[in-house]
Amino acid sequence: MSTTEEVAKKREPKEPLFSKKNKKLVTEPLGDNNPVTVQILGICSALAITVQIEQAFWMSVSVLFVLIAGNVVISALRNLIPSRIRIIAQLVIAATLVIIVDEVLKAYVPDVSEKLSVFVGLIITNCILMGRFEAFAMANKPWPSALDAVGNGLGYAWVLMVVSFVRELLGSGKLWGANIFGSNLPGEESGLYAMGYMNNNMMILPPMALIVIGIIIWVQRYRNRALIEE
Amino acid sequence: MESTLDIFVKAIFTENMIFAYFLGMCSYLAVSKTVKTAVGLGAAVIFVMAVTIPANYVLENYILKEGALVWLNPEYGVNGSQTIDLSFLSFIMFIAVVAAIVQLVEMIVEKFLPTLYGALGIFLPLIAVNCAILGGALFMQDRQYSTLLDATSFGIGSGVGWFIAIVLLAAIREKIKYSKTPAPLRGIGITFIVTGLMGIGFMSFTGIEYGKKKPAAKAADKAKIEVKSDIQTSQLIINKKD
Repeated sequence: MSTTEEVAKKREPKEPLFSKKNKKLVTEPLGDNNPVTVQILGICSALAITVQIEQAFWMSVSVLFVLIAGNVVISALRNLIPSRIRIIAQLVIAATLVIIVDEVLKAYVPDVSEKLSVFVGLIITNCILMGRFEAFAMANKPWPSALDAVGNGLGYAWVLMVVSFVRELLGSGKLWGANIFGSNLPGEESGLYAMGYMNNNMMILPPMALIVIGIIIWVQRYRNRALIEE
Repeated sequence: MESTLDIFVKAIFTENMIFAYFLGMCSYLAVSKTVKTAVGLGAAVIFVMAVTIPANYVLENYILKEGALVWLNPEYGVNGSQTIDLSFLSFIMFIAVVAAIVQLVEMIVEKFLPTLYGALGIFLPLIAVNCAILGGALFMQDRQYSTLLDATSFGIGSGVGWFIAIVLLAAIREKIKYSKTPAPLRGIGITFIVTGLMGIGFMSFTGIEYGKKKPAAKAADKAKIEVKSDIQTSQLIINKKD
């Protein structure tokens, strides 16, 4: 009898896997604490690859993987890493994971890997990674760290997907490489192009990504006044 | 072939780290509130780039590249019996070099410029994770510059381009404080849009001819050429409307 009581006592302080606190770790970075639009992290390597949805998708998947694996590894090692060299230790773990991602992309989606060129390598210096490793994984257990990584990774992913959706649709009239507005080949126009529609080539230029994100920030802060800066 | 000067000018204007590739945006947006700190960080970035890119060039060409170990033993050469390609290690090696040099810069600045050290605070160690620095090294690897001099001029040029970008933005942000911006756009929102507009301004340098001959297309630049041709068509359209 005593043994069952002991077991129950041991289990009591443990919180359930999906407690309210843990759920918040996933949901908060999706909205009010989004890493890209609120904390302004990780825009470095994000914007240049949002011309097409396909690239943005693979980039998001890569970042999500590196973020989850890195957060779990670092939080498991958090008591072993000396604080003086923690940045280098974090960088080495991130670099190792990114090498894995790079080799996998090269092997299975070589054309996407070529388009992403140096930006896969730049995941190492993505500020979201360093921010999460430093602020969360170094102070928390592996499971909450994994949830935190999922939340932040998805928060990054949806912004990327929205930006690339707008840019690919308006910039080249396509989504994931498929024609949406009809064909715009000279001489055999169809769909909207036959009615005189033209692609907005401005959208392909890199600066437009900044402006699209600026507009997302505008909308988000208009809806949630608490985020407005003084 | 591009001359050394071409590489330098290109790195500052058309291939500007901020406006063409968005590298180093995090510190760019965070430290550009006043011109004074922007100048300090910009100078630190120029220095770090001017040192790390040539250092990584040497590393790449004498250790990592396929067949680069030929100086060690001719057998390791490209046509030798055991070709060794260590380029998959380049991410980890480059970031180690960058982190080490940033540590060095930090110590130097702390010793000789304590006021600047105080002003930069957390952002000095964060140069290690500034994407522009690692990005510079990766572009250097991607574009295969033929001499150490070219790599150095690319490094300094990219640093100067970053410096110009952050100082300009800081100047604009100092002025924008006094204007009536819609509340939800205040702060970071308007900064994004301003950076975007500045980027469009810098795009107008694209049409400038640098050398006499255009360099032959490199395999690694295929993706960029696709985008570039799109840019050209968009410019044609704009010209037609004029």
